[in-house]
Amino acid sequence: MTALPNRRRALIAACALPGLVAAQAPAPLKVVASFSLLADMVAQVGGDAVAVHALVGPDADAHAFTPAPADAQRLAQAGLIVVNGLGFEGWIDRLVRASGSKAPVVVASQGITVRRIGQVTDPHAWQSLVAAQRYVENIRAALVAARPAQAAAINARAATYTGQLAALDASVRSRLAALPPGERKLVTSHDAFGYLADAWGLDMRAAQGWTTAGEASAADVARLIRQLKAQKVRALFVENISDPRLVERIAREAGAAVGGTLYSDALSPPGTRADTYLKLMAHNADTLLAALMAGR
Amino acid sequence: MTLYGAIVQPFIEFGFMRRALVACLALGLSCGPVGTLLVLRRMSLAGDAMAHALLPGAAVAFLLVGLSLPAMSLGAFIAALAVAALAGGVARFTAQREDASLAGFYLIALAGGVMLISLRGNSVDLMRVLFGSILAVDDAALLLVAGVASASLVVLAVVWRPLLVECFDPGFLRAVAGHGALHHQLFLVLLVANLVAGFQALGTLMAVGLLMLPAIAARCWAQSVGRLSAIACAIAAACGYGGLLLSYHFGLPSGPSIVLLAGAVYLVSLCIGTRDSLRARFFTAHRHRTA
Repeated sequence: MTALPNRRRALIAACALPGLVAAQAPAPLKVVASFSLLADMVAQVGGDAVAVHALVGPDADAHAFTPAPADAQRLAQAGLIVVNGLGFEGWIDRLVRASGSKAPVVVASQGITVRRIGQVTDPHAWQSLVAAQRYVENIRAALVAARPAQAAAINARAATYTGQLAALDASVRSRLAALPPGERKLVTSHDAFGYLADAWGLDMRAAQGWTTAGEASAADVARLIRQLKAQKVRALFVENISDPRLVERIAREAGAAVGGTLYSDALSPPGTRADTYLKLMAHNADTLLAALMAGR
Repeated sequence: MTLYGAIVQPFIEFGFMRRALVACLALGLSCGPVGTLLVLRRMSLAGDAMAHALLPGAAVAFLLVGLSLPAMSLGAFIAALAVAALAGGVARFTAQREDASLAGFYLIALAGGVMLISLRGNSVDLMRVLFGSILAVDDAALLLVAGVASASLVVLAVVWRPLLVECFDPGFLRAVAGHGALHHQLFLVLLVANLVAGFQALGTLMAVGLLMLPAIAARCWAQSVGRLSAIACAIAAACGYGGLLLSYHFGLPSGPSIVLLAGAVYLVSLCIGTRDSLRARFFTAHRHRTA
């Protein structure tokens, strides 16, 4: 930007009402978040103090992300980088190093109770609203450190947001209380909902031996039906069976309900039903509860 | 594992196995005679071409209405009939042969269908959604297959004789009755209906596979058209049953299991069949020479 527009803008600001001069805030802090859910959290806490970009956008798979040169450029220009950690973004360290970015890297999951699947760390901690409050706290601290002048506004927004997360968590727990523990069985083909199941006391099991690639065999279908029957499962969430008719048939034969879409690693596109983290978690909770109730 | 446990118990325990079996048996019942007539009329490849011609109709119906069996079946039916009618019309009014014009129109339809699906975005999912799976046969699909099979048998019973005459001596039929073209159109409608039922209920490979392979294999065992049809029906039914059991016991994909079994029956028939087989050609000839 040349000097002239700056001077002109200063002139306009000086001519304006004194109240508006105070609104002449510094340019927003450029934050790059690794994926869409984190970006939403940063935007909620940072408000107009930040301009957030998600490397892995809505409806995209963070596991299959291939960085583009523009991503490295964004990192180089960023004032703050927010990642999930727990091995979720295996590509991020190299990308940050390659970009030559000097920005501090915040690990949002710092300090949560880590869940393990066998030997492997389960990175999908944001699926627990309790852990998410820790995420918000980590993000808040980092934003305040980067923009101490706007600490009051950031702290206030973080407190409001944490309150909303806690309220949603409490409402889900109270609705779940109507279901005895034995009636909270679900089968899913995802491995992304371990934290969610732990937090809300759901008995979530994997679809045994279900592979995503290719056409299903009668043996696969029979095994899944036997499992659902034997474990008296209430609801079936198997999204990577791409034929909805097959899911319907399996569920009906096993006496279980077909669950809807659960969002795991990405927000849905803006303007749709799960375009913020809070809406995503509310949607997942509603979907789970509806399926469990329908299976009664 | 007992014999009962191996060959009966899966169908007792699981409803989806029973449904799949019934769908195979029903489809086999009408595919036997239709496939036999296709072979006799030297239209063995027309089934495949018509199968591709269904695609744009099913795709348009899916994009307009969503996952609805009646809408997608109707769309597929109309698209395939339109291709058949256009190909027939061109053959009638120009010097082009029908197989050439059929190839032209089915390729246009196929490319149009792929274009529609790709414009919609997630091509892989839609390709799977457009065609059913033998393991996911629901009530509507079962009714469609059974209805088409029943209607096909009734229609075939009515026009069986003229169809056969036209197969072997179209000139004679034209001289006697003059309705050869009408019967040909009716037969094409039957063919399309069977393909649509097969596609929507059982999947891409299944429809043409169950239609053609048993009919071609039957050629190695019989000569009369009635016997050919009966043997083709029996082979289709046996392959449906055997293929499902293979899929159940060995964890193989169901559609390919059934069709590959039919393919194996064809290859075996080709080797040891009583007519037009390798055995009939070489073994019998050899004996003649030594005699």
